[in-house]
Amino acid sequence: MTKQHETYDNLTPEMFNVVGPRLNETEQMTKKSVSFWKEVFLRFRQNKLAVSGVIILIIIALLAIFVPEMSQYSYRDQLGIYNKAPSKEHWFGTDDLGRDIFVRVWFGARISLFIGITAAIIDLIIGVLWGSISGLIGGRVDDIMMRIVDILSAIPYLLVVIILLVVMEQGLLPMIIALSITGWVNMARIVRGEVLSIKNREFVLASRTLGAGNWHLIIRHIIPNALGAILVTMTLTIPSAIFTESFLSFLGLGVNQPIASWGTMASEGMGGLRVAPWRLFFPALFISLTIFAFNAVGDGLRDALDPKLRK
Amino acid sequence: MNKPLLEVKNLKINFKTYAGLVQAVRGVDFTLYEGETLAIVGESGSGKSVTSNAIMKLIPQPPGIYADGQILFDGKDLIPLSDKEMSKIRGNEIAMIFQDPMTALNPTIRVGKQIMEVILKHKKVSKHEAKERAIELLRQVGIPMPEKRFNQFPHEFSGGMRQRVVIAIALAADPKLLIADEPTTALDVTIQAQILELLKELQKKRKTSIIFITHDLGVVANVADRVAVMYAGQIVEYGTVNDIFYNPKHPYTWGLLGSMPDLNNKSSEKLYAIPGSPPNLINPPKGDAFAPRNQYALTIDFEKEPPMFKVSDTHYAKTWLLHENAPKIDIPEPIVRRMERYKKEAELGE
Amino acid sequence: MNKENKILEVKNLTQYFGSPSHPIKAVDGISFHIFEGETLGLVGESGCGKSTTGRSIIGLYNITGGEVIFKGKNVHHMKSKKEKKQFKREMQMIFQDPYASLNPRMTAGEIISEGFDIHGLYKNKAERQEKIISLLEAVGLNREHMTRYPHEFSGGQRQRIGIARALSLDPSFIIADEPISALDVSIQAQVVNLLKELQKERNLTYLFIAHDLSMVKYISDRIAVMYRGKIMELGDADEIYNNPIHPYTKSLLSAVPLPDPILERKRKRIPYVHEETPDTAKMHEPLPNHFVYGTDEQVNKWIKQAKL
Repeated sequence: MTKQHETYDNLTPEMFNVVGPRLNETEQMTKKSVSFWKEVFLRFRQNKLAVSGVIILIIIALLAIFVPEMSQYSYRDQLGIYNKAPSKEHWFGTDDLGRDIFVRVWFGARISLFIGITAAIIDLIIGVLWGSISGLIGGRVDDIMMRIVDILSAIPYLLVVIILLVVMEQGLLPMIIALSITGWVNMARIVRGEVLSIKNREFVLASRTLGAGNWHLIIRHIIPNALGAILVTMTLTIPSAIFTESFLSFLGLGVNQPIASWGTMASEGMGGLRVAPWRLFFPALFISLTIFAFNAVGDGLRDALDPKLRK
Repeated sequence: MNKPLLEVKNLKINFKTYAGLVQAVRGVDFTLYEGETLAIVGESGSGKSVTSNAIMKLIPQPPGIYADGQILFDGKDLIPLSDKEMSKIRGNEIAMIFQDPMTALNPTIRVGKQIMEVILKHKKVSKHEAKERAIELLRQVGIPMPEKRFNQFPHEFSGGMRQRVVIAIALAADPKLLIADEPTTALDVTIQAQILELLKELQKKRKTSIIFITHDLGVVANVADRVAVMYAGQIVEYGTVNDIFYNPKHPYTWGLLGSMPDLNNKSSEKLYAIPGSPPNLINPPKGDAFAPRNQYALTIDFEKEPPMFKVSDTHYAKTWLLHENAPKIDIPEPIVRRMERYKKEAELGE
Repeated sequence: MNKENKILEVKNLTQYFGSPSHPIKAVDGISFHIFEGETLGLVGESGCGKSTTGRSIIGLYNITGGEVIFKGKNVHHMKSKKEKKQFKREMQMIFQDPYASLNPRMTAGEIISEGFDIHGLYKNKAERQEKIISLLEAVGLNREHMTRYPHEFSGGQRQRIGIARALSLDPSFIIADEPISALDVSIQAQVVNLLKELQKERNLTYLFIAHDLSMVKYISDRIAVMYRGKIMELGDADEIYNNPIHPYTKSLLSAVPLPDPILERKRKRIPYVHEETPDTAKMHEPLPNHFVYGTDEQVNKWIKQAKL
């Protein structure tokens, strides 16, 4: 049982004096202080897929901001060159009205991203408020609020959206409203779930025994701890909104010409599929890439927030 | 007690985390013989659960790394074995029971079927025969009306009953070694007492060897033949149960014995509490890991890690206090007093 | 301890959950009092109702029946907001799970000073810092720990933060709900010693809820044994352990494993066979300050057995 890794000959008698414990050493915090979000960030950084998602989104955002400003063509200039394949002057080619597709794609990026993010933010605000109030108050209030959520989610959203768009006519604002109207239910359910699980945790009980009222509990305890789930849901709502918008535009319910979103571009691109496939290809490519990137980031965020869920 | 069933030699297990390399187990040696119970005592961070999971090859790799050592089961080293080869051993020759019976049982499958699954997986018997054996097992673990309860779901059993079912599943294929990782920690004291009695009974009948992991010295005194005390990833004292309780040599063991109140403590006597907290195993301290909390620490404790000193053929302790040059420091008074109190009580009972 | 002053009086407390037709009787009519400066240990196995009792007393639940009188005031019938707030400052709680009882998003300093925010105390930044540091030091931590997050602390250290939080409003009465069950053995001793020290320094009264009999006996002056929502036996700590009368208490004591191998091999466990206690059962006082719950016949029988 004795293992000698070192020789023990040079042991002087002084070495055997009793010196006692060194307790500061034990209570010392050896690691640098790292807040919860910093830890999440470090874990997120290890996820290569999620990081590439962030990079893709940053690139797309930068291009969306700068290309339409810096391009020699505007998104509506009709240049007289029709259905030309991608070339040195027109990297993504031109469409049937002679417009440069490259600048249109990045203009469309602005529109699609704007629609997606705005719809997600509206979902966030309504969803968080609805879910937290319902979850925290509980009882009959919770029952009623959740039944409303159930009813809204049972209605086929496509029907709602189509009716809305027909009533309000097509356009940017109606599209956003249409997407938000039924989109918030998901966030509300998730937030309510989080609130229910958090409100019975011991640290919330501890806060109650200190004398905290409901508002204090929501602001200091519930929202900060639910923030993770909220962020993840938001990150995953955006691609869903972008997809739905593209889909609706594809059906011809999108924003009006000459303003273009990726969805409307894809829709027109369908018409020229045999002659000029690049008209469909590029907007479709970026729809997919953006959705993929948001999903990767959302998944990465979810894993970083709860290490136990990692495979 | 004859030939060793299990020999763990210089086991070292590390974990890769984003904060650094955690040395969870830092050179553990012990031997287990047929039919005996070895208790591994330690607190959080001591490495006791990692050690037992390592024996079953349940450490996920990554982030776990079997950095060194051997785990010889019946003479065969388990570390190089593939998952497929290990799956023939798990449940069959080595079985494990955990602290929380509810998570060990599948809530959607009837209890009898869960036992049968184990039998059918490892033994060549008919379904009918497996069912008979399962019912018999339920009876042996003390579950009343086993034929009826065979068809029930886990949620229909109380906590203590569920743990009995878990034990039945563990013993279903008649393993040679049972690893029990804090099996009674979450149970009420009366249920704990029943489960401990059950385990000892079953062991006597089946000659199973048991590794019993716990932090409760009362439980150790109740079940163990031999004891290994772990601290900061190493075994710091190792011996028979009488060696450890009546002649402890390591200051940490003294600390553990001194920090338990017992039913006869005078409340005016202050409980001896080991000050401080266990060390961070990302950078294990130089020298003796227990030194910073040790009121008897020597200069050398902060410089060099002590080797295992032999106290007797059965008893070893890893402390510089056993070196010939060290001052003669004996078991602290309160512990000696308590030993004498118990001795008197035992004599009275005779 | 001030035996003149009953700081807490619990009278026939009942707490039923679930449907009114088939209620779960978590606490089924218990009565006891606690003197200023003493520690009453409330012991029992899971499901006996001890945690529910603690939480009902502090007002986390509305009670089904009975009364809780703290410093002369009925806890559940406080009218004014001011009274309620004052109550919170007088009675505090320490929780069981050091991992769940601290908000993972707040630093130790923020956790300890949350009470100040709620009650509008220590608005001066420098004063507040001083107070936080003095609380940290009172529980054996130091100023370095103020800016750290719960996950950076060990279980014992987290529990100390929980204790500091409970002390932050300068309470006179603390309910400790299984404060050491989730801690390692050597850390339990640290925390218990700390609680005893604080009690002496600050003249605190404790209701100590636990299932570890040895620890409860060590820290308590008097002990109440609960079983299935009722108190079975109540008396001085030494008396309960040396002269248990109720068979449930006896079986509980006999089941505790002792850290002595020879004694363990000889010890005989006494199993408890549940006896139905009909409605005629009540609290008897067969010995001074030693109460037992049962019918007249049962208690007489048990007294005879105990004397044997």
